[in-house]
Amino acid sequence: MDTFKDVLRQLLRDVRSQKLRTFLTVFGIVWGTVAVTLLLAFGTGLKKQLIKKTAGLGDRIVIAWPGLTSMPWEGLGKGRRIRLNEDDIEALRKETPNLKAISSEYQTSMKLNYGTKTIAIDVSGVSPEFCDMRNLIPAEGGRFLNPLDMDRQRRVLFLGNEMAKSVFGTENAVGKTVLLGGSPFLIIGTLEPKEQDSSYSGRDNEKGFIPGTTFRALTGRKWLNNIVFQSQTALLNEQVSDSILKGLAHRRKFSPEDKEALSLWDTNEQFAFFEVFMLAFTGFLGIMGCLTLVVGGIGVSNIMNVVVEERTKEIGVKMALGAKARYVLSGILLETLCVTAIGGLIGFAVSLGICAVFPQFGLTEFVGEPKVSPAVAAITIGILGVIGLIAGWFPAREAASLDPVVAMKL
Amino acid sequence: MLALAENQPAPAKLGPQAVPAPSIIRMEEVRKVYDTGKVKLEALKGVNLDVTKGEFLAIVGPSGSGKSTLMNLIGCLDTATSGRYVLGGDDVSRVTRDQLAEIRNRRVGFVFQSFNLLPHISAAENVEMPLVFGGVPVKKRRDRSRELLERVGLGDRMDHKPTELSGGQMQRVAIARALAMEPDVVLADEPTGNLDTSAGGDIMALFQELWRGGSTLVVITHDPSLAKRAGRVVEVRDGRIVSDERTENRPG
Ligand SMILES: Nc1ncnc2c1ncn2[C@@H]1O[C@H](COP(=O)(O)OP(=O)(O)OP(=O)(O)O)[C@@H](O)[C@H]1O
Ligand SMILES: [Mg+2]
Repeated sequence: MDTFKDVLRQLLRDVRSQKLRTFLTVFGIVWGTVAVTLLLAFGTGLKKQLIKKTAGLGDRIVIAWPGLTSMPWEGLGKGRRIRLNEDDIEALRKETPNLKAISSEYQTSMKLNYGTKTIAIDVSGVSPEFCDMRNLIPAEGGRFLNPLDMDRQRRVLFLGNEMAKSVFGTENAVGKTVLLGGSPFLIIGTLEPKEQDSSYSGRDNEKGFIPGTTFRALTGRKWLNNIVFQSQTALLNEQVSDSILKGLAHRRKFSPEDKEALSLWDTNEQFAFFEVFMLAFTGFLGIMGCLTLVVGGIGVSNIMNVVVEERTKEIGVKMALGAKARYVLSGILLETLCVTAIGGLIGFAVSLGICAVFPQFGLTEFVGEPKVSPAVAAITIGILGVIGLIAGWFPAREAASLDPVVAMKL
Repeated sequence: MLALAENQPAPAKLGPQAVPAPSIIRMEEVRKVYDTGKVKLEALKGVNLDVTKGEFLAIVGPSGSGKSTLMNLIGCLDTATSGRYVLGGDDVSRVTRDQLAEIRNRRVGFVFQSFNLLPHISAAENVEMPLVFGGVPVKKRRDRSRELLERVGLGDRMDHKPTELSGGQMQRVAIARALAMEPDVVLADEPTGNLDTSAGGDIMALFQELWRGGSTLVVITHDPSLAKRAGRVVEVRDGRIVSDERTENRPG
């Protein structure tokens, strides 16, 4: 307690007697802190933005479309159309290891009537699994399709938010009944607005989703348009895709080497790229910031060396009066940590300020919103602490090992 | 008492009224060699010294003879190259740096020629310094520093910074500081060296007053008239004690 008060007092004294020097030192740390936090904050923001832009499509899903065979197989010629139905999905669901979710998707364009309005709408018949896989989050007050809807071939409709707006304006769509392809459908939910920059069958906010069973019964269709699936972890996507390809090749008799009989789009591939890219990017920024901080730390260490030199006589006197090495050491160390902490705090404040005003520049669309997350703060504080300790250690040890007789003579 | 300081105490010699005062400082064949890399300089060449409780010892001698070196060893600011040093009954010839610091804090009080007060803090805070290192609680420290500054006649200068005091006043603050932890012995290295005759006389008078109060004092001085006020004068020449004489002075 006494030591701490003492340290603060000495710090004030140093600051007063060496204004410019202290300013420069603290500035070094402020600069380093701003660099580290801002770089990390922008890194975090950019990553969030990129994920947001692509995740609209789904959560690391794989999409598979059946097509025409491009090579002969077991006596069958090429150019044959591969068609898949619900049996294939059932088989895959049972037989594919590490599969988390799978759903068929049937698509068509229909007419939607409500009151006097008639609008063309792309409709997909899907399973409840679509909700999580494709990030089709229902807005407050609604729900997505459920297994009961599937079993009972219920005429229920989940509507994209833009479509709901075109049909109902500001009115609540949920609970209303519309005619879809001439049949009455109850709207059970609308899409929570989301960013979606990639798609394969139109943007979700303009679409409608109904149970696959209802779709088949209504349209008489047997063959699905595409499959959407997801593995237990994104890392397993490749392996699961391979199993699915082999399984379907076996069931539908085409070569597992045939790239066109079943085309696969692993949306995780771009995530994997982003992950690596962002890791490298954040790492680069972090290292640059750290180097800046290290330079700042060297500055602090230098200053503390000067402080020790200036205070040599005083330290000698204190030692003569019974101050132990520990006391001298911790005093200098504490003072260094204080300087570092003050610089760090100012740096944090500056960074937070910049992050707060940044969205007003209208660049968030491109680089996201910089955010000083707890992780960023923790990392910076950790680095600052280590730098402060190292910066203080050498001058402090120097001070503590002074010979009082010699020191007092100075 | 006179005989005891120089010889081994022999029980047969002790009369009923000649109870030996306990020895505070006992040095046996103490040598100090300064090793400055190329040259080795023997500043003390075998010193034997015995100081008992309540003595007022003056150390005199020419410049460079080793007085300050001897004082630093007595005050545990430095350690001897060889020989034995017993301070207040404890052998302190070979102790750690931290133990030395603790001894300096509790057993000895220093008074320096150049005062060595910390210039940024008040007189009272300077006096409190050893108490801080000794772990004395704040309240007690305040009381003690007031009491000591009053005792050296600076009760009205408690909150003055050293720069706001005269040389004689600064040295009195230093003496108050030296007394703070109630040390076994007060050591002063030319305490009047930076003062004019009158201020120097005041300081010497203060030492005599402390002596009367029962303190043990060891004072280095160049001034023969000041040395005469002590109870015993030791002369150092070329790293050796060449004479050790008692004066007529008594504490009372
Ligand atoms: N730290 C040191 N390193 C090397 N030599 C030293 C050191 N301190 C003192 N000496 C040498 O030891 C000898 C004794 O010095 P000391 O300071 O004890 O003399 P002194 O009697 O106090 O002299 P003065 O009356 O001038 O203060 C001197 O020759 C000096 O040069
Ligand atoms: Mg000297």
